Amino acid sequence: MSGFLEVSHIKMQFGGLAAVDDVTMHVDKGEIVSLIGPNGAGKTTVFNMLTGVYNITSGEMSFEGQDLKSMIPQDIVKIGISRTFQNLRLFPKMRVIENVLVGTHVRTKYNFWDSLLRTPRFRREEAEHTARVIQILRSIGMDGMRNSFVNSLPYGDQRKVEIARAIATDAKLILLDEPAAGMNPAESEELLRFIRELRDKGYTILLIEHDMSVVMNISDRIYVLDHGKLIAEGLPQEIANNPKVIEAYLGGEQKNVKNN
Amino acid sequence: MEKKSNRVLSAIESVCYKFRYLFLILYVALMVIVPFLDIKLVHAQVIILIGVYAMLGMGLNVLIGYTGLVSLGHAGFYAIGAYTCALLETKLGVNFWLALVASGVLTAFIGFLLGLPSLRLSGSYLSIVTLGFCEIVTMILKQWESVTNGNYGVRNIKQPVFFGIKLDMYNGGLIVLMLVLCLIVGVASLAIRNSNAGRAFRAIKDDELAANMMGIHVSRYKIMSFVISAFITGIAGGFYCVTRNYIEPGSFNFDVSILILSVVIIGGLGTIRGMVFGAAILQLFPQVFRFLDEWRYVVYGLLLIVMMRFRPQGLLGWQSTQPYHLSKKTKQILEADGGTSEPLEAAGKTEGGSEQ
Amino acid sequence: MSAFVGSVINGIALGMAYALIAVGYSLVFGILRLINFAHGSIYAFGAYMVFLFVTLKLGFLPAIIVSVILSGLLAFLMDKVTLEPLRKKGSDTIAYLITTVGVSFVITNVLSLEAVFGSQRRLFPSTNLFGSIRIGNLTIQSSQIIMFVAALILMLIMTYVVNKTKMGLSMRAVEQNGRAARLVGVNVNRVISFTFFLGGASAAIAGALINGYYQSISPTMGTTIGLKAFAAAVVGGIGVLHGSVVGGLVVGVGECIAAQYLGSNVRDPMAFVILIIILIIKPNGLFGKKGITKV
Repeated sequence: MSGFLEVSHIKMQFGGLAAVDDVTMHVDKGEIVSLIGPNGAGKTTVFNMLTGVYNITSGEMSFEGQDLKSMIPQDIVKIGISRTFQNLRLFPKMRVIENVLVGTHVRTKYNFWDSLLRTPRFRREEAEHTARVIQILRSIGMDGMRNSFVNSLPYGDQRKVEIARAIATDAKLILLDEPAAGMNPAESEELLRFIRELRDKGYTILLIEHDMSVVMNISDRIYVLDHGKLIAEGLPQEIANNPKVIEAYLGGEQKNVKNN
Repeated sequence: MEKKSNRVLSAIESVCYKFRYLFLILYVALMVIVPFLDIKLVHAQVIILIGVYAMLGMGLNVLIGYTGLVSLGHAGFYAIGAYTCALLETKLGVNFWLALVASGVLTAFIGFLLGLPSLRLSGSYLSIVTLGFCEIVTMILKQWESVTNGNYGVRNIKQPVFFGIKLDMYNGGLIVLMLVLCLIVGVASLAIRNSNAGRAFRAIKDDELAANMMGIHVSRYKIMSFVISAFITGIAGGFYCVTRNYIEPGSFNFDVSILILSVVIIGGLGTIRGMVFGAAILQLFPQVFRFLDEWRYVVYGLLLIVMMRFRPQGLLGWQSTQPYHLSKKTKQILEADGGTSEPLEAAGKTEGGSEQ
Repeated sequence: MSAFVGSVINGIALGMAYALIAVGYSLVFGILRLINFAHGSIYAFGAYMVFLFVTLKLGFLPAIIVSVILSGLLAFLMDKVTLEPLRKKGSDTIAYLITTVGVSFVITNVLSLEAVFGSQRRLFPSTNLFGSIRIGNLTIQSSQIIMFVAALILMLIMTYVVNKTKMGLSMRAVEQNGRAARLVGVNVNRVISFTFFLGGASAAIAGALINGYYQSISPTMGTTIGLKAFAAAVVGGIGVLHGSVVGGLVVGVGECIAAQYLGSNVRDPMAFVILIIILIIKPNGLFGKKGITKV
């Protein structure tokens, strides 16, 4: 079968340590799927594997039937997977609107000479992209800040810019790495509503979250990772009552391993 | 204190922005007037050098200001541009205009070659390679006597002729040519900056990994910025050679690389206005501070140190407070969508965060 | 043949002295990731101090000792006054770089002031203390032997300091991870100061040895030799002491052979030809540790 995102038995080995070990999962089109687990469980590593930051040690990954394993990050963005980062990786000395315009990079067809000579092709495409970017900013409530430089924005707003940038790549699948981190309860409530809206518009979301309560009412399905291994999967209700998950979380609190 | 000076600068910026077409007209008018002015030779030479260094600054700016790659060897590109033009003219009798283009193209090609190691080397290591590149270029110029005349340099370089008019220092022709070239290079730099490629360059400067994850081919764009930077520097070199009667390898040493770098840093990294301003300051400095005599360069050194401490972004470097320019087409699309093109505040949100 | 052997011997002697300058670049670069462009001018300062105190009839050895202390202090002061404030502010790399260029301008041009030493070349006291040795038709000057032996001994001392003393341990800790070193109680600023002092001091000794051999000095001589020594440090691998020695020897021998067979124009750039070739083959230098990239 070749579904939307298919991941089977992937493994990531750093020296003697298996950060992700034998993880199998899938995401269907139009779903919101969450990947949760205590700190250091390997969630971000899974994202890094999916987006080509790491070359995976073994296993198979595919997106809409295309093999992800051999792809470089640029190609992965092109086929429609885009992401945000746990520790915010924006371009601080560029404006909000320019940051999001960088997201349209892979969809840009005009070449260097077009931009140098300002050809009609350049003007048309640039205008379309800019308008679309402004619309994305409006949908996430950031249009008022479009002229600001990112390094002058509060943390929560920077997270929104990063999500807007991921959307601007025309991704079908958006990987969000702890999008609500650093936001106050009202902001994160608003963000969850926005993520639902995205799903309703046809995007598919894979979400990393540290805090279980946040994802319970937004996710269609949940995967739980602990020490690099998948320990549970299922509907939110099933996960909430799963003794293994509860143990992992309580145990995780005590050990408090942090390596991501 | 710093905040206040920024406010003043941004007020000036908004005035300049408002009257930008007026400034363009004045600039063009200046080109027309120059031939009728009686400019002394010494002054003409300084003016020309300001123009040359403004162009050199704009060239290096593409590399450092946009992409964040620090070159310490731009005198090498400068030398290649100057020698290409001078040798084509004197040895092969090639027409200046053709030779100038050839200077740019050949230098760009060398820039491509020097860009290749930039893919494997990061940060300071790349700077060292560029530094070494410049030393090697001057060595080749000294050593390859059959072509470059070695230490003697190239002599009797002819002035360009434009539709029968010889452009030289006395009739202001070279100054007009300098103004034209600066305008073209400046406008092209801005066009590149506000395009897909320019955003890719600046994204690489800010965060290489994030740029990579946004689908930017980092290595391709790094090489591209080397090529563009070298092309501009080569053109500046080609122009420089015809403003002198002769050139020699010693005119393109490490100190020149540092001078070009100083133009970029003092003027304001990433800006075009800064390049012109930086070039003017650095060329006028030895003239204005002539009374300091041998203390001049001690003072110059001290100024560099003080400046890095208190205004590292350069004299004219600041984050623009002007709104991002939307093209007419963009506005049309937004308005056709039933809305406005003005920034929309989210409901219940106030303007937060202050501009730096 | 003897011309070849002669230039190799010449290169080995010079190369050891380059290593002494290279160490200063290497240690500072290892800790701050900074090319200290003022280092060449401190080398020139050291040579001028030796010249000054010899002229004041202090005797050659005491003059060297005073010069070593003064040069070390100058390097230390430069860091305290110009670089430490930048570290506190968290400036960009390029600000540091331009600052060291500025310091280099100041030192070089103060030395060239007519009231100080003047910009013209000066005669430097020879270190050719025991005449020269002849083997066949090969002449080795005692200044070359002194240069080699003294530099070798100093490099051994330096290796001991870096590898066996507490300060050396702190230096290596800061080099590998400044933040972690600070957390376990290393006084990072003191380590940096010490590193600059050590670099300045060894550059002064190199200044005495090299110019004792050439017997002439000029205020601007530091730039070229500084760049060459920096190339040597990178060729050997930044932050590795024996790397500086090997890098120095490779550069020294390379330039002497090049000067012998290709002409004096090739002498100085040879260091960079070697540098670029080595960096293309091994991006971290001959003995450099593999860089770790974090995501």
